[in-house]
Amino acid sequence: MKLDVVQKREQKTGWILLLPALIVMLVVYAYPILRAFWLSVFTQNLGTELEQVFSGLSNYGRMFSDGRFWQSLWNTTVFTTSSVLLELILGIGVALVLNQAFRGRGIVRTITLIPWALPTAVMGVAWAWIFNDQYGVVNDILRRLGLIETGISWLGNPTLAMIAVILADVWKTTPFIALLLLAGLQSISGDLYEAHSLDGATPIQSFWKITVPLLMPQIIVSVLFRFAQAFAIFDLIQVMTGGGPGGATETVSIYIYSTVMRYLDFGYGSALIVVTFLILVIAVAIASLLLTRARANAAGVR
Amino acid sequence: MAIAQSRSQSKSGVNWRAIWLPIAVALVVIFFLAPVLWQVLTSVKVNEDISAVPTVYFPTRYTFEHYASLFTRRPFGLYILNSAFVSITSTLFCLAFGAPAAYVLARLRLVGKEIILAIVLIVTLFPTVLLFLGLLEIVQATNLANNFLALIIPYTAINLPLTILVMRSFFQQLPKDLEDSARVDGYNTFQLLWKILLPMTLPALVTTGILTFIAAWNEFIFALTFISQETMKTIPVATAQLSGATVFEIPYGPIAAATILGTLPLVLLVLFFQRKIVQGLTAGAVKG
Repeated sequence: MKLDVVQKREQKTGWILLLPALIVMLVVYAYPILRAFWLSVFTQNLGTELEQVFSGLSNYGRMFSDGRFWQSLWNTTVFTTSSVLLELILGIGVALVLNQAFRGRGIVRTITLIPWALPTAVMGVAWAWIFNDQYGVVNDILRRLGLIETGISWLGNPTLAMIAVILADVWKTTPFIALLLLAGLQSISGDLYEAHSLDGATPIQSFWKITVPLLMPQIIVSVLFRFAQAFAIFDLIQVMTGGGPGGATETVSIYIYSTVMRYLDFGYGSALIVVTFLILVIAVAIASLLLTRARANAAGVR
Repeated sequence: MAIAQSRSQSKSGVNWRAIWLPIAVALVVIFFLAPVLWQVLTSVKVNEDISAVPTVYFPTRYTFEHYASLFTRRPFGLYILNSAFVSITSTLFCLAFGAPAAYVLARLRLVGKEIILAIVLIVTLFPTVLLFLGLLEIVQATNLANNFLALIIPYTAINLPLTILVMRSFFQQLPKDLEDSARVDGYNTFQLLWKILLPMTLPALVTTGILTFIAAWNEFIFALTFISQETMKTIPVATAQLSGATVFEIPYGPIAAATILGTLPLVLLVLFFQRKIVQGLTAGAVKG
C-alpha cells in the first residue's frame, strides 16, 4: 500500500518535469505534421481565394502528373545519394587519419569541426562566390592548370550546378560523419588488429574484416542522420542556386517552400509535406532494422 | 594501424607511414580550411583586386572598408545582436525544459517512458521544412510574426530531442547512491534535481548548451519565413540576402566580410570547446 503511494508520487513528479518539454515539442512537431495531413485533403489556394474546400485525395492525384514534383524528387535523390556517399567515403578517410597519433592532432581535429559549426546559409554564399563564373577561384585554378580557356558558368549549367551544391554540402557535413566514425574507431581495441596481422592479414584485409564490421553501427547511424538532413536540404540550395538553373537543383523542400510561400498553394504544399514525411519514416524504419542487425554482427566480431 | 607501420617498415625498409600521413593531414586541413580562408582573404582585398582576372592570391593592398560598410550602410550590429539574443534565450529554455525531462527519462519509473523516448529519438530526424507551414499558421493566428518568440519557441523545440538524449546519458552515468542518500536526507525530486544533480552535471549542460546555441545561430528556414522586418533579421538570413541587394553589382567584399563576422562567434566556440562539442555530438548520435 505504501509502495503504491510512493510510486504514484513518482509518476506525478515525472509528468510535471516532462510537461514543459512535451508541450513545446507537441506544438512545434506534432501539430504541424498532423495539420499537414489534415490540410492535404483540402484545396486551399488562390483559385479558392485561400478558402479550404474539401477535395479528397485530389492533391495526391495531382502529384502523379506533376512533372515538376517528379523532377524535384529525382534531383533530391541525386543530391542525397551522391553527397551522402561521398561524405561517407571521405568521412571514413578523415576519421582514419585523425585516429593516427601525430603532433598537432588536436588542432587538426578542431579545424575539422569548423565547417560543421558554420551556418549553412552563410557558407552557401561563400561557395557561390567560389564557383562564381567571372571571378571565382575554382575557374581561376582550372585556368591556371590549362584545363579551361574561359570561365565556366558553374551555377548556370544544370549538371555543373548540381555538382557545385553537392561539393559544398560534402565540405559542410563530412566533419559530422568523420567525428562520429572517429569515436567508433577509438573504441576498437588495437589487440584485434595485432592478432589479425599475426595471422598474416594485410592492413587492407584488416580494414574490411575488422574496421568496417565493427564500425557498421556508427556508419548506419551517421548515414541515417545525413540522409534525413540531405533529403530535406533547403538553405544551401536556396542560397546557392535558388533551385536553378531551370529547376535543375530544385529539391523537394525547395519545391515545397515555393508552393507554399510563392504560389500560396497550402493544400498541395501540405500533400507534398506528407509524402516527404512518409518517405523519411520508411527510411528510418529500414535503417533501424539494419542497425539492429549490424549491432548483432558487430557483437559477433568482438 | 601501428601494426601496419611496423610491417611495412620491416619488409621494404621504407617507412610508408611517414610519407602518407603528413600528406593526408595536409589534405584534410586544406580541404576544410581553404573555403573559410578564401572568404577571409576576399574580405580584406580592395574591390579592384576582388574582381581581378587572373585572381589575386597575394594582394599588396589591404582594406577594412568592407567590414566598416557593414555597420555604416547596414544594421549589421543589430543582426548580430538579434542572433545572439535569439540563440541565447532558446538555449536557456532548452536546458531548463530539457534537463528535467532527461532526468525523468533516465531515472524515474514512468508509465509510457519507452514510448516518449522512442518519439524523442525519431523526432531528431524530422527536418524543419516539414514544420514551417503548420508553424506559419500558428504564428499568424497568434500574431507572432516579426516577434522573436516566433523563433525562440521553435528553436527550443528543435533542439530539445538532442538535449534530452545527451543529458539523459549523462544522468545515467551519475552514481545512484548519491540520489538515494539525498532522498534519505529528505530531499524531494525537485530539490534533488535543482540543488544536487544540476550543479554536478554543469559540464554536460555546457556541452548541450553549445550544441543548441550553434544550431539556433545557424537556423535559416524559420528565420526566413517568420521575420520580415529588416531590423529583426538574424545573421544567416541577413547575410544570404546581402547578395540580392543589387542585380548588376554584387557586393562581394561586404558579403565576404559578413560571412567572417557572422561566423566568428561560432569559430571561437569551436576553438575553446572542441572537446565538449565532439563529446556531445557523439553522445547524442551514438545513444540514438
